[in-house]
Amino acid sequence: MEIKKGTFKKGIHPSYNKHYTSSLPIEIMPSPKEVAIPMSMHTGAPATPVVEVGQYVHLGELIGQAAGYISANIHASVSGTVKAIEPRLMGNGSKVSCVVIENDFQDAPCENVEKYDPETVSPEDIVKIIQNAGIVGEGGATFPTSVKLSPGPDAKIDYVIINGAECEPYLTSDHALMREQAAKVAGGLHLAMKVFGLDKGYIGIEDNKPDAIEAFKALNDDSIIVYELETKYPQGSEKHLISAIAGREVPSGGLPAQAGCIVINAGTAAAIYDAVTEGKPLYERVVTVTGSGIKQPKVLLFRIGTNVNEIIEYCGGLTDDIAKVILGGPMMGPAVYDPNVPAGKGTSGILCLNRADAHIEDPSNCIRCAKCTEVCPMGLMPMYLGAFSQKRNFEKCDEYNALDCIECGCCAFTCPARRPLVAEIRVAKRGVQALRKKRG
Amino acid sequence: MSERLLTVSSSPHARGKQTTKSIMTDVIIALLPATAVGFYVFGLKAVILVVTGIATCVLTELCCEKIMHRDVTIGDMSAALTGLLLALNVPVNCPWWVLMIGCVFAIVMVKQIFGGLGCNFANPALAARVLLVASWPSHMTGKAFIPVDAVVSATPLAIIKEGGDAIPSALQMFLGFDGVYGCIGEISAAALILGFIYLLYKKVISWRIPVTYVATVAVLSFCFGLSAYEVLIQVLAGGLMLGAIFMATDYVTSPATAKAQFIYAFGCGLMTVLIRQKGGYPEGVSFSILFMNFVTPLLDKYLRITKYGEVKK
Ligand code: SF4
Ligand code: SF4
Repeated sequence: MEIKKGTFKKGIHPSYNKHYTSSLPIEIMPSPKEVAIPMSMHTGAPATPVVEVGQYVHLGELIGQAAGYISANIHASVSGTVKAIEPRLMGNGSKVSCVVIENDFQDAPCENVEKYDPETVSPEDIVKIIQNAGIVGEGGATFPTSVKLSPGPDAKIDYVIINGAECEPYLTSDHALMREQAAKVAGGLHLAMKVFGLDKGYIGIEDNKPDAIEAFKALNDDSIIVYELETKYPQGSEKHLISAIAGREVPSGGLPAQAGCIVINAGTAAAIYDAVTEGKPLYERVVTVTGSGIKQPKVLLFRIGTNVNEIIEYCGGLTDDIAKVILGGPMMGPAVYDPNVPAGKGTSGILCLNRADAHIEDPSNCIRCAKCTEVCPMGLMPMYLGAFSQKRNFEKCDEYNALDCIECGCCAFTCPARRPLVAEIRVAKRGVQALRKKRG
Repeated sequence: MSERLLTVSSSPHARGKQTTKSIMTDVIIALLPATAVGFYVFGLKAVILVVTGIATCVLTELCCEKIMHRDVTIGDMSAALTGLLLALNVPVNCPWWVLMIGCVFAIVMVKQIFGGLGCNFANPALAARVLLVASWPSHMTGKAFIPVDAVVSATPLAIIKEGGDAIPSALQMFLGFDGVYGCIGEISAAALILGFIYLLYKKVISWRIPVTYVATVAVLSFCFGLSAYEVLIQVLAGGLMLGAIFMATDYVTSPATAKAQFIYAFGCGLMTVLIRQKGGYPEGVSFSILFMNFVTPLLDKYLRITKYGEVKK
């Protein structure tokens, strides 16, 4: 197995705070009494419920059918009776139709589960299995993986890359997974390589996870090249992982496939392997429950649709000086008003911050220090984007490439005046999109 | 649990260590060695001027913000920094009332009228200094630099330009402890460079502007036919170090991208040498930086950075 080094330009070195959970093993959370499974946990159209209230469902049974090409199937994460199909509040504040299942604690399996031999399964079957299993990117973007693996006949893919960077501070879900199940992740990589007929695959891991790197080394697999990446945020961004490993840039507004690359999250790769070899759809995942505001930080395997409150309770509950609960990491995850929401396929972290760590600070005037510009990994000038966005001058925002922003938060992290740059740029992006639509 | 009030704000939820206040405080700390040398050489008069400068700026800012019903920002240390910088940029014999006028001008006319910190069109301390030099030349130049009991009677650059006393040695000029005269804060290149190193260490500024500026002055002076020794004097004297390290690097009025910063600093250097060699004025640092401050918006407009994934033409 070959080990190489890599990194990208700009970016930041935040406090990683991974010590809360970095040495913890994955713990299996007992399945809850009730799950509320959202029909939209992916990029694209929400799935259509295909079960009825009162119906009995088995563990892993299809309960939501993908509606259209960019969409994803949804499966029951427990066995039991469908109690309701109703809109519930999500972490991002929207309401989404959820299938609520009362758990009978039998984990009664589905019949006729199809299992394949990873050596003999055909590339077409792999994509189909992934599609059926409702697998989406587990890093947070939740893009349907089957769509990612079907870049069209014109695309020439040279690199299939597993994203094990996990650059978000605090989170250690992928870290634990790679350390404990490196073979599974590698198995998922081999399946993805097979889809594109490649005999080499890549995996990128930040150098703050030496035990994960060791775990892959121990596999002695010559077709996998491990990149030991400098620990720098946002190394786990798809575009910057591609820069570090393939030395290519994804064209502005384009997809990784246009640079000949496909990037798959480490957790997703493990899910691919499970789907193919065991016929297991994506109904559970690993989450890091961490931060100064939780009593017992844990790395948990939970059933999709488990209430975030229950996960928090399982970890001993919130501390008294809790200030923020964030779904995901501190750089990109949204903060929630109320943790009474279901955890889904994209919930990589539940970060609980006490008052001291929550950084609730008031913004002051931009002092034009240009530090935001020095760190923006997309080579943008956030100071101007923020200012033009405030003035609602979306023409200018477009000229300054607002749409290229990946919302990584490096700029706002660095800003000494605590400008809410990411919030301002989100407004700018919507404005630019509206403007472009109007122009046609 | 839901009765507990959680805060919701936009990501990111983690923040860096630097704040506006920490940056301004670091710049003040970086100026302390130069201030100390000024106090040592010029004595009580210098102390009084520095205290007057800081107090006037802070009070003026407080009054302005009260009158305009703005948030009071004197806690961010930027007003104190302006006061200190301006005081370090006047001669020891400058009357206290002249300095106070400069401070009020800097805060009111340059900073607050345009919307406070970050909105000013020029560096407040610099603009005020230029105003004072133009309005009260007798208090701001020539004999004003020289303490009454001094043996020499002119600043080094004036000596080179007009002849007269012996030029102090390069080492004297570098350390600034004896026989070298200029504004309170500019006499010791060593102290200023110490401050520069501190700012680099604290990642407050980058090396680009100061180094490019000083190098440009050195190279161009040489091209004008000055001897190596005279070039050294050009670099060490006339507030170049103070200007290059502490004034030209002012965030608000210097460009944002590396490319633009190099051009800006080169422009400062070019102007300085032209004023010194061809103009009727021996110093020129303030005017040069002020002029380039006005060019900054243009540089920023036309010299962007290359973004990630730009389609190469
Ligand atoms: S502008 Fe966008 S891409 Fe650049 S640092 Fe800010 S959030 Fe990241
Ligand atoms: S980092 Fe903040 S203060 Fe500095 S230029 Fe950017 S927006 Fe302005």
